[in-house]
Amino acid sequence: MNTTPSNSSSNASLVLDGVRKVFPTGDTEVVAVDDVHLEIAPGEIVALVGPSGSGKTTLCSIAGGILTPTSGRVAVAGTDISSFSAKELTGFRQQRIGFVFQSVNLVPFLTARENLLIVDELGARRRADARRRADQLLDELGLTDRAGNLPSQLSGGQRQRVAIGRALMNQPGLVLFDEPTSALDTKLGDQVMQLIHTEMKARSTAAIVVTHDERITRYADRTVHMSDGRLASAPLAAVH
Amino acid sequence: MNLAITELRRRPGRFVTAGVILFLIATLLMVLGGLSDGLNGGNDGAVRAQPVELLVFADTAERSIVQSLVAADVRSTVTGVPGVEAVGALRLTQLGARRDGGDPRDLIDVSVFGTELGVLDIAQIPAGEAWADRRLEELGVDAGTTLLLGPARTPVTIRGFLDDTAYLAQGTIWVDDAAFAALVAENKPDEVLADGDQQVLQVRLEPGADPSAAAAAIDAATGGTETLTRADAAAAIEPIDGGVLQSIIIVTTVIAAAVVALFFALLTSERLGLYGVLKAIGARNRTLFAGVMVQAVLLTLVALAVAVPLTIAFDALVPPDSILFALDPARMATSAALLLLASIVGAALTLRRVLRIEPASVIGTAS
Repeated sequence: MNTTPSNSSSNASLVLDGVRKVFPTGDTEVVAVDDVHLEIAPGEIVALVGPSGSGKTTLCSIAGGILTPTSGRVAVAGTDISSFSAKELTGFRQQRIGFVFQSVNLVPFLTARENLLIVDELGARRRADARRRADQLLDELGLTDRAGNLPSQLSGGQRQRVAIGRALMNQPGLVLFDEPTSALDTKLGDQVMQLIHTEMKARSTAAIVVTHDERITRYADRTVHMSDGRLASAPLAAVH
Repeated sequence: MNLAITELRRRPGRFVTAGVILFLIATLLMVLGGLSDGLNGGNDGAVRAQPVELLVFADTAERSIVQSLVAADVRSTVTGVPGVEAVGALRLTQLGARRDGGDPRDLIDVSVFGTELGVLDIAQIPAGEAWADRRLEELGVDAGTTLLLGPARTPVTIRGFLDDTAYLAQGTIWVDDAAFAALVAENKPDEVLADGDQQVLQVRLEPGADPSAAAAAIDAATGGTETLTRADAAAAIEPIDGGVLQSIIIVTTVIAAAVVALFFALLTSERLGLYGVLKAIGARNRTLFAGVMVQAVLLTLVALAVAVPLTIAFDALVPPDSILFALDPARMATSAALLLLASIVGAALTLRRVLRIEPASVIGTAS
């Protein structure tokens, strides 16, 4: 199934072409992702929905360079990462991909600001630039007065905003959100999704939002349904 | 690395248990080292204090001074070996010493050496003089004190003290060869040797002579001797504790490595999620592994920083005539290095565990 936006172009932020992922389990194999074609344009937000076990997290991991496909092609911002080694993928994720995880997963002993700066510490080490960028992001996310707080001193919504800031630190071409609102109540979930929408659009950064929650698909430009490892067609979502 | 240091700084509570255990092990290592040196350090000082390159033992003596007997004709043979500059006699006997005028029951066991070629930087002990190891000073003997040696109570007056010349954990007294012969004749007539015979020969070599080659030449010429360098002769003396303390030190070091390995293995288990996240956002294995190493090394350095002054305080508090304890900076440095090495090895055992963490585990792999 081919699910590409109508304005598909060669400068897509993400291209998945015939992607298949098979996990060996003993004598048998589990096909987690099967023949997926997906293209996401810069600034486009795609909601990836489907039941548990449908393969959406595996697909997200492949798109983010955490897993390599068994077959097929994966290109992020024009770079084919399908055959990258683990070391190359690590460097690629460091520079080009942003992640926001389901359980936030901030480093508990680092302040909000340091949680953003860790991206620089693990990567390019442009210290002064990184500090400026971290302060700017915290300001945009409304966290300037919380910059020195540890995660345990922040509310759930604030922690999620810090995680979004961390995902944006390396100015990624693609950000992957794994159930970003699952730990939040409805109101806070809406606020976080609004923030994600605003930040992605402001930066023309493509995003995949993995979710069980059909309600948050209204913040996406497009919703892609996944079932049994395959993508199903879906109507274009209303952009909020 | 900054991450690892920040964690240590901000969450010291997580590291207290391992830190305390490492501190205790560090203290134990240093105290054991001090006890070992106290016991064994005074074991071979008299041999190391020989101002010659070689010592010639009878080949049947099993490298023991008291068991060695070198015949008179051997001496002249040794003197004729190329490279030999001077040959002297070294003899040893063990006697009890009493202070002149002191309590007769206040007996100090001493090893008395007779030497022709001197000791340390005293090239030749003048007739009538006696020098004592510093241990005797610690036992209350002063320069000018007259000691009565052996059952004949032969008087010797101590001229001064020598550092690190003890033998088999006993203080030593050094006299010239003639005085020694008289002393033995008075106190241990059964140990009197035939004219010209010696226990061990001291051999001073000409400048530039190769000690190993000279030793081989001497043994070849005499056909009945075992000639050792000073270091080999010192090493041939069995430790008083039979190496027990050294064995304990080795086991303790292994335990230290195991403690560090277990601690960081547990810590890594707790950090699986965190490491997964860090790997997902681009942390390399070597970065995470270096963090574990840095924490292990810093933890060990902190433990040592507490253990070293404590051991020094222990040394200061121990009366000199009670426990045989010697604080040697080189030994402390060795203990510290051993513990650091153990920590590094222990922390290194977490490498496999760190490598196996999949970044995909953070967001699941097959939902």
